Amino acid sequence: MSKLSNLIPPDEQVSFWSGVLDPESNLDLISVPPEDLWREKRAGLVVIECPQEIPCNPCHTSCPTGAIKVEPLTAIPKVNYDLCTGCTICVSKCPGLACFVIDKTPADYSIVKLPYEMYPVPKVGEVVDCLDRTGKPVVEGEVLNVTEPSRDGTKVIWVKVPKGFEMTVRAIKVKGGE
Amino acid sequence: MTMSKSPAEIFGYSFPDIRETQLLIVGGGPAGLSAALQALKLGLKVTLVESGLELGGQLVKQTHKFFGSSLERAGTRGFRIAQELIKELTPFKGSGQLEVYLSTTAIAVYPERIVLLSQLSGKVFPIKPKAMIIATGAQERMLPFPNNDLPGIYGAGGIQTLMNQYGVKPGKRALIVGAGNIGLIVAYQLLQAGVEVIAILEAMDRIGGWWVHAAKVRRYGVPILLKHTISRAIGKEKVEGAVIAEITPDGLKDKYQVECDLIGISVGLTPTVDLLRQANVKMKYVAFMGGFVPLRDREMRTSQSWIWVAGDSAGIEEASTAMIEGQIASTSVAKWLGYISEEEAKREIDQLWARLGYLREAEVSSKVRKGLEEVLVTWGG
Amino acid sequence: MWLEEHPILDFSSKRPKLVKFYFEGKEMWGYEGLPIAASLHANGIKVYRYSTRLNRPRGFFCAIGKCSSCFMVVDGVPNVRTCITPLREGMRIERQRGLGKIDLNLIQGEAGSDDNV
Ligand SMILES: Cc1cc2nc3c(=O)[nH]c(=O)nc-3n(C[C@H](O)[C@H](O)[C@H](O)COP(=O)(O)OP(=O)(O)OC[C@H]3O[C@@H](n4cnc5c(N)ncnc54)[C@H](O)[C@@H]3O)c2cc1C
Ligand code: SF4
Ligand code: SF4
Ligand code: FES
Repeated sequence: MSKLSNLIPPDEQVSFWSGVLDPESNLDLISVPPEDLWREKRAGLVVIECPQEIPCNPCHTSCPTGAIKVEPLTAIPKVNYDLCTGCTICVSKCPGLACFVIDKTPADYSIVKLPYEMYPVPKVGEVVDCLDRTGKPVVEGEVLNVTEPSRDGTKVIWVKVPKGFEMTVRAIKVKGGE
Repeated sequence: MTMSKSPAEIFGYSFPDIRETQLLIVGGGPAGLSAALQALKLGLKVTLVESGLELGGQLVKQTHKFFGSSLERAGTRGFRIAQELIKELTPFKGSGQLEVYLSTTAIAVYPERIVLLSQLSGKVFPIKPKAMIIATGAQERMLPFPNNDLPGIYGAGGIQTLMNQYGVKPGKRALIVGAGNIGLIVAYQLLQAGVEVIAILEAMDRIGGWWVHAAKVRRYGVPILLKHTISRAIGKEKVEGAVIAEITPDGLKDKYQVECDLIGISVGLTPTVDLLRQANVKMKYVAFMGGFVPLRDREMRTSQSWIWVAGDSAGIEEASTAMIEGQIASTSVAKWLGYISEEEAKREIDQLWARLGYLREAEVSSKVRKGLEEVLVTWGG
Repeated sequence: MWLEEHPILDFSSKRPKLVKFYFEGKEMWGYEGLPIAASLHANGIKVYRYSTRLNRPRGFFCAIGKCSSCFMVVDGVPNVRTCITPLREGMRIERQRGLGKIDLNLIQGEAGSDDNV
């Protein structure tokens, strides 16, 4: 028998049904803000990557402005972007960790506000690795803020990313950890 | 089918004083706990037995926030839901209305409506309820492959118990077999506990669990290999590695050999129905529901008029639906024992069914809906 | 290894007291009240017994008292389900070899035994 490889390449299988979204071709399945509004909205707007009909609605019930609708319970969430204030409550409440708030208003960078339930928690000012949807580190970013909107253990990390990385960065990794 | 022997036949003597209770609930998971709450609210006297060291069933091991509707506490972490349910039970403790036995397993059911309880201490005693709700949950399936019995190869549920309930790091490098919801969630929980996850293997050409659960682990760099499986485990005294094979039209093709000290198997659950079998309840094999499940009417009553079922032991589903089924069963028991009127019971059960329908509407629940068609009956007379 | 740092869970309330116990005569420490198997695993012990027929090593599997994979000899008593039996100070725990003495639970056929190998 030929020698077996003992390393599984991380991109062995990158496909929708192995859990990786293609932001280009799967665009119709996710909620992305309209560009003009997005560029102006202070604090940012929500991006929801929840492309499958499942019986779930905490994003809807937790949103204080009624911007998200999941009706019926099994529908894919729909966002009314005029109502979204970028408060990140849904980011912390969604059990699928599928909500992200992205602020494009700074002139030379953007801020991705993403859910985080790992250890250790980065400090404000720390530079972390920013990971894409397959866990590949794509760029470094400075942590601007760490909040816990629902006080239930899910942190929301505000990380600074270069322009153009808003729809790529979906997780962070603290440096020096394993 | 063989009838269980009576206690007198087994022990050679009958028990002098048999404890009596109105409603015996076997299993303290979400189904059993909500059944207990509902029954207590309706005024019944309840005895709840749980074989584990604490109440909560599957819930106590779940660190993730639950899906479902906010009405059924979605958005709250599993172990917190358990804490909330247990807290709601406390006012009834000491009122004489509720008895809870932990570390106590119901091991046998006799036609005289006697149930034998076995305690960890070695004590065995009978109890005679007027009605019984079986909410014993589910058991994990095992996967046949060479060396699958090596220490370090655990059921996904076993890993969760060790890690999330008792706080033991189960290993350093893990391989997960099965990309259903449980496999995906366990992989995420392993990452939270600082365990490296090499890969999740899935025999089908797509993940079986919900997409969002897969995305959660993918973005931390865990590959999910579709059409792959484990072809054997490596190790002498405990697991040291595994060979991963691709599933091709010509059979299994070995592809990778990886080092790992932990293999988590999550290839599905099957309802725990031993007690129902002993009680000669009518059962049917329904693949969509995880195996043999009891026939039941709309009120969760089985073919034995004093036995009801709820939760995963009635068919593998969700905590949200398990809780509602528990409430339905207790409402029906209360009606049978005369604690509420026919009309009140009907109104309540109709409402609970509406919530079940709402939860089961999704495409991902289509299997459950099909399964139900096969087991939902009306008992004559 | 015990988990100390966890992003969501706090184990301190479940670990009231560290106690001494003996595994095959060796002194070890574990948490009183948690299952024996948890403390053994945290001490790096993964083999709990050797199977009846082929003498294969067994660890725990189901962790909820249903599979009989974790049977050990505790204070001289065989067939103790260490995954659901709480640890007490001074317990003497031994790996089980073979069947041990049959107990009532086994006669009742309650455990789905995985011992057919
Ligand atoms: C990893 C994972 C993730 C999940 N995520 C979700 C989710 O997001 N949303 C959701 O709604 N559901 C979820 N579920 C499903 C949910 O946990 C189960 O459907 C639910 O726990 C079933 O409840 P139950 O009360 O029927 O059974 P269980 O929770 O299994 O409880 C059964 C109890 O009965 C006890 N028992 C068994 N036999 C006996 C006996 N003979 N005597 C005494 N006691 C006995 C057991 O010890 C156990 O405590 C998840 C499950 C898993 C494993
Ligand atoms: S960010 Fe706030 S306002 Fe916007 S959708 Fe989420 S919860 Fe609603
Ligand atoms: S809460 Fe999250 S997972 Fe649930 S429907 Fe909303 S976006 Fe999807
Ligand atoms: S591990 Fe299954 S009975 Fe203990």
